[in-house]
Parts: sequence; structure tokens; C-alpha cells
Amino acid sequence: MQGFLLLAFSLVTTAHAEFCRPDAQNAFKVRLSLKTALGDNAYAWDASEEYLFKAMVAFAMRRYSSQKTTQISNVLLCNVTDRVSFWFVVTDSSKNATTVPRGEVEAAIRMTRNRINNAFLLNDRTMQFLKISSTLSPPTEPSVPIWLVVFGVVFCLIVAGIIFLIVSGIQQRKKNNKEPAETENLEEKCEATVTIENGMPCDMLNLKTGQINGGYAADDERFTPL
Amino acid sequence: MEKSRPLWDNPLQFVFACISYAVGLGNVWRFPYLCQMYGGGGFLIPYLIMLIVEGMPLLFLELAVGQHMRQGSIGAWKTISPYLSGVGVASVVVSFFLSMYYNVINAWAFWYLFHSFQNPLPWAACPLNSNHTAYIEECEKASSTQYFWYRKTLNISPSIEENGSIQWEQAVCLILAWLTVYLCILRGTESTGKVVYLTASLPYLVLLIYLIKALTLHGAVNGLVYMFTPKLEQLANPKAWINAATQIFFSLGLGFGSLIAFASYNEPNNNCERHAIIVSLINSTTSVFASIVTFSIYGFKATFNYENCLNKVILLLTNAFDLEEGFLTADNLNHMKEQLMANYPNEYVKLLPQIKNCSLEAELDTAVQGTGLAFIVYSEAIKNMEVSQLYSVLYFFMLLMLGIGSMLGNTAAILTPLTDSKFLSTHLPKEVISGIVCFINCIVGLTFTMKAGNYWFDIFNDYAATLSLLLIVLVETIAVCYVYGLRRFEKDLHLMIGHKPSWYWKIMWAFASPLLIISLFIFYITDYILTGTLQYQAWDATQGQLVTKDYPSYALAVIGLLVASSIMCIPLAALAIFIKRRLKREHRSIIA
Repeated sequence: MQGFLLLAFSLVTTAHAEFCRPDAQNAFKVRLSLKTALGDNAYAWDASEEYLFKAMVAFAMRRYSSQKTTQISNVLLCNVTDRVSFWFVVTDSSKNATTVPRGEVEAAIRMTRNRINNAFLLNDRTMQFLKISSTLSPPTEPSVPIWLVVFGVVFCLIVAGIIFLIVSGIQQRKKNNKEPAETENLEEKCEATVTIENGMPCDMLNLKTGQINGGYAADDERFTPL
Repeated sequence: MEKSRPLWDNPLQFVFACISYAVGLGNVWRFPYLCQMYGGGGFLIPYLIMLIVEGMPLLFLELAVGQHMRQGSIGAWKTISPYLSGVGVASVVVSFFLSMYYNVINAWAFWYLFHSFQNPLPWAACPLNSNHTAYIEECEKASSTQYFWYRKTLNISPSIEENGSIQWEQAVCLILAWLTVYLCILRGTESTGKVVYLTASLPYLVLLIYLIKALTLHGAVNGLVYMFTPKLEQLANPKAWINAATQIFFSLGLGFGSLIAFASYNEPNNNCERHAIIVSLINSTTSVFASIVTFSIYGFKATFNYENCLNKVILLLTNAFDLEEGFLTADNLNHMKEQLMANYPNEYVKLLPQIKNCSLEAELDTAVQGTGLAFIVYSEAIKNMEVSQLYSVLYFFMLLMLGIGSMLGNTAAILTPLTDSKFLSTHLPKEVISGIVCFINCIVGLTFTMKAGNYWFDIFNDYAATLSLLLIVLVETIAVCYVYGLRRFEKDLHLMIGHKPSWYWKIMWAFASPLLIISLFIFYITDYILTGTLQYQAWDATQGQLVTKDYPSYALAVIGLLVASSIMCIPLAALAIFIKRRLKREHRSIIA
């Protein structure tokens, strides 16, 4: 009995060594960067973590479809280094002494990659399955590009400012054109007031037609009141 | 009744307008480059000497001419001597060329400003390719910030011959930039006077915030030490002195007619001597201030890249030899590399091509100027800061303020002579004249939004103003000193500011500055002749870097046309006046 168990055990270990070794057929290398991802909270990689890994791979294979009967014992791990990196391979439980083809394992892992990452608190970069390309998440694009929104706001403000200035300029010019007509009425009033009051308000004289002598450079000079 | 000339509300508006015009993008992106190339802290020596010999006297000269003649550049030079009205026309032509291409920079600033409101910043990471398996190749070969600039912003073509179509995003930003400029100049000094309070002061606020932030960045000290260690042997290099002179010259914006235009709106007794000194000192101080900020940012970026490079090498070795994480550090890297080479020679040799030699000096040595500095290097540094959106918005807003401030001066140089001319101002109100000028500039500026637009931009940037301005300012100085007469000018100044100019000003105007400009002119001409064919940098998308190409013949023709069209105005106008006078004299002699 014991001899039989010993034989079975040795067979299993040789099979293990045969299937799971670096660069074996259908084997994948996994590389973890625990300290980079978690810093001080990094957990140590021990046998329990390896057990979890095997469970996750078995889960991925079951999810994928055809390998509904994958057991944890079907996932073989080997060559664990300090890095932490190791190789794994999935044996086919239905067919004896074969490993599940590369493509299937790859597709299964890709499908449940997010779940596997989260189980270990890692992401695509810190838990690398070499030679399994990861689907990079596209950046979230809003329906309307934000820059157009800001552009629209600024554009409308500036156009509003221009229209306001132009319109107020036109109104001011109309007021200036009306004033020569008004000054004639005021002039009569002033002539009436001149007999009553002494001085005339200076602004009145500026509105009367006249020449400003360019030789006196400061054009703001007021004419001395009469 | 003659319309009174509009005036600045107070002398402060005039000073702010001059500062806003003079302090422009060149202070931020050209001076730090020159500082780095020509001896760090030692470059300040030729810079200050040139400021005293060339900058202040010529600035004072232009302001005094404008304030005395009270007209734009064409009218002012016509008053000095009718044969010299060509100088004014040349100034207007050069200003016209400048405003055509300068506003494109504001369009780019708007583009980046609008894109800063996203999280994460669009230039922070490379976009994915179509099947989402990797990043876009061009972006991987270059960097994400270069990709955003060359592909997303410019969508640049591989060479100047391939024109491509107009990029609607850039075109729309350009239209917005021109509308903004129009809004500011619409009412003449009334509106410009208020706007310059903002455009002159806000950049300083942002620079101050950036200074405080930049000095606290990790690695900023490396950049500052690198910049300020004077390499005094560079003082023996004539290029250092020539570049110092050129930088002062162009930084103050002499010869465009903008300073004359601004000064013409002054009260006649404004003390332009004091203002000239203030403006030139502030301009130079701002350059030094901006270069402190720039070098802190350089230091940060270089340190960041250096540490990234080291980390990549560490990761590579850790993965290749399955070493424990954290075993290799920056300190023991060299020692461990030797050990690994000794223990595993075969594998190490296989890795050798991928192991880069990381050097902090090499990162700091990458001197960049111009749009490359402003839009690539700075945005790369910004994306690595925390709260990068805020800093990005502040930075591009500052670029916008600097650019618009300079544009106000440029457009004033064009519009003041136009509104001074009786023919135009009686038929059209000044809003319409401004509108037409902005519209024409905008339409021509759309050529810079095409795929090859950046190459044409570089042509205009390098050749439209450089040679012509030297000649214009030379003729101006000679005209004032020798044609108008230095004594007459002295008396005019005495009338304006109350005292005669001291011997320092007179010596500089009469001898030092003209000699300096002549030597600069000779240097430029010989440089052009010696270099033979002119070349430009084209972006190669397949390699992800710039390559040097020769200009095609039609581009060379455009360059020649640009330079000739402004320079030729001076002799042609003199000839035209001469012919007109001869005809008048003959006409009179026929009648008599």
C-alpha cells in the first residue's frame, strides 16, 4: 500500500515537473510586484497565496466554458522566485497527462483578469501575465468634448462684449449728432440768461462750432469763459 | 471742427501699455534658453551692458519721437523729413506681418487652456490604438506631450511641401483670438487703456505663484544651480554678445512703431525719460524672473526623467534576474551592475542594448526655446505636479495675457497711422477700420492653421521681422540724430520733459547704438551667406522626432519677399517723394 502511494506520488511529481517548468508548452510566467503596488501593506507571498492563485485560475477556467471540471489540483505552479515570479500550467482533467492549450488559458485569464487582479489587490501592471496581452482601458470620453464647452462659453462672452461696445458706440455717436440741434435751443436760453447771470457754463462754448488751434497741444484745455 | 486726439487716462496706463507690450513671450521662452546656452549667470553681464548701451537709449528715442510728433509712425517720420516717410511705412508693414502670425500663438494658448479643464490632462497619457492593445506608435516613440503638440494640436505634416487642409479646431481658436483682440482695441485707447491693467499685471501674479510652486518642487534646485553657475569662458564667445544685443533689441519691441503709437497718446509734458528707464528695467527684470521659474521647472523635469530612467533600468534588471523587489536601489545600482555582469555575463550582455546610461546632466542640457519650451516642456512638467489642472489653467492663461498684451501693441502700430490719415478717418469710423484690419489678418492667419502651418509660422517668426527691424531702427536713429538734428531734438525734449538729455543719452544716440546696430546687421548678413541653404526642422511621425530638411525654392522666395517688402519701403518712398517734388517744381516752372 505504502509502496503504491510512493509510486503514485513520484509519478505525480514527475508529471508536475514535466508539465510545469520554465518555457514549457502551454505554460505561462507570472510576475508580481507586491512592494510597488502596496508599499508597506504588502503581504508576504507564501503557500496560502499560491493556493488562492490556483483557485482563481481554476475559477477562470470554469468561467470560460469548456473546462467546467477544472480542479485546483489541475493548476500547477513552479519555480517561485524572490521577485515574486513563477510559472504555471493547467492540466486537463478529462484527458490524462495533457495540458490545456495555451489559447484557451489565455482567453480564460483575459476574461476574468479583473477579478484575478482584485483578489490580490493588484492591477494589470503589478500582476503581469507575460505573453498575455491585457486589454488597456480606454480613457473615458465624454459625449461632448469639454474643450468645446469652455470654448463656447468664452466665445459667447466675447461676442457679447463686442456687440455691447459697438452698440453703445453707435448710441453715443447718435447722441453727439443730436446735441448740435439741442445747443441752438440752449443758446437762446443762454442769451436770455446772460442778461440775468454773469457767466456762461463753459461746456456750452465747447459745443459751439469753432476751431481748436492745434498749436496748443493739450486739447483738453477749456476756453476761458467770456 | 478737429477731433481731439484720444489720450491715456493717466500716465500709469501708458506705462502699463508699454510693459504689457514689451513683456511678452520672448521673455519667457527665449531668454532662459539664451541664459543656458551662453554661460548661465555669466550671460547677465553682456545682457545688462547691452541694456545700457542699446536698450534704454533706443526706447527713450522712440517714446520721445512719438510723444513729440503726436502721430503714428508714418506721420511722425514724415514730419521729421518727408523723404523718411518710408520708415513709417516699413514699420507698419513689419507690424502687419507680425500680427499675422503672432496671434496664432494666442490661438494655441486658447486651445491648451480649454483642454486644461479635463481630468486627467489630455497630454498626460498616450491614447490607445484602435484595438486597445497598446499605445499609438507615434506617441510611444516620442512622448505624450510631444504627441499632443505635434499630432493633436498642429496635426503637422511631414514637410512644408505637403500643405494639407485647414484644421477646423485651430481655425476656430484663431478666430476667437482675433475676436478677443478686436474687443480690446475696439474703442482705441479708451478700451486698450483698461485692458492693459490686466495684461500687464496678471502675468506677474502667475509667475509669482509659479515661482513659489517651482521652488518647492523636487529637483528644482538642480536646475537653478545649473543655470546660475556662471561659465565665464562663454563671455569670450562673440555669439553671446550678439545674442544679448539681439534679445534686448527684439524684447523691447523697437522699430515696430508700437512704442511711437503708444507715446503719441500721451500728454505732451509726460516724462518719457523716466518711463523709458522704468519700462526697460522692468522688462529685463521680468526676463530674469521668468528664467528662475523656467530653470526650476527644468530642474524638476530633468530630475523626474532621470529618476524615471533609473527606475526603468532597475526594473529591467530585477525582472531579468528575478531579484527581490527593492534589492536594487539608485545608490547601489552601479555596484550591483558590476556584480551581475561578473556573475551572469551571458544574460547581462544580452540586456546591454536596453540598459540606458541615465545622466542628470544630459537631461538638463536639453536646451529648448520657443514654442517647444512653452507648449511641450512646460506641459510635461505640469502634468507631473499635483492639482495639475489648476497649474495648467494658470500657466496658459498667463501665456494668453502675455500674447494679447503684445498683440495690442502690434495692432496699435498698424491702426494709429491708419486712423491718423485724414482720408480714412473721415470715411470710416475707427471701429470699422479696426474690424477690417483684424478680419484681413485673421483670413491670412488661417494659412498657419493648415497642416504645414507651423513650418510657415517658423518662416515668419525667423525672417519677417529680424533683418528689417535692424535696418528700420538704424535709419530711425540716424534720422533723428543727423537729419532732424540732435540739437533740435534736445530742444524738443527740453520743452517736453523740462530738462535737456544728459551726455549719456546723446553719446548713445549719436554713436554707440548706430555702431552696434550696424555690427549686428553685418553679422546677420554674413551668417545668412555663410550657412548657404536655409534649413528647417520637420516632425517625422515614423521616428517620433524632428529631422532637418532644406527649404524648397518657393519657401525661399517667400522669405526673400518678406524681408524685401519691408526694407524696400524706405528707398521706394524716398524715391516717390523725390519724383513728386521734381514734378511739382517742373509744373511750377512751367506755370511761371
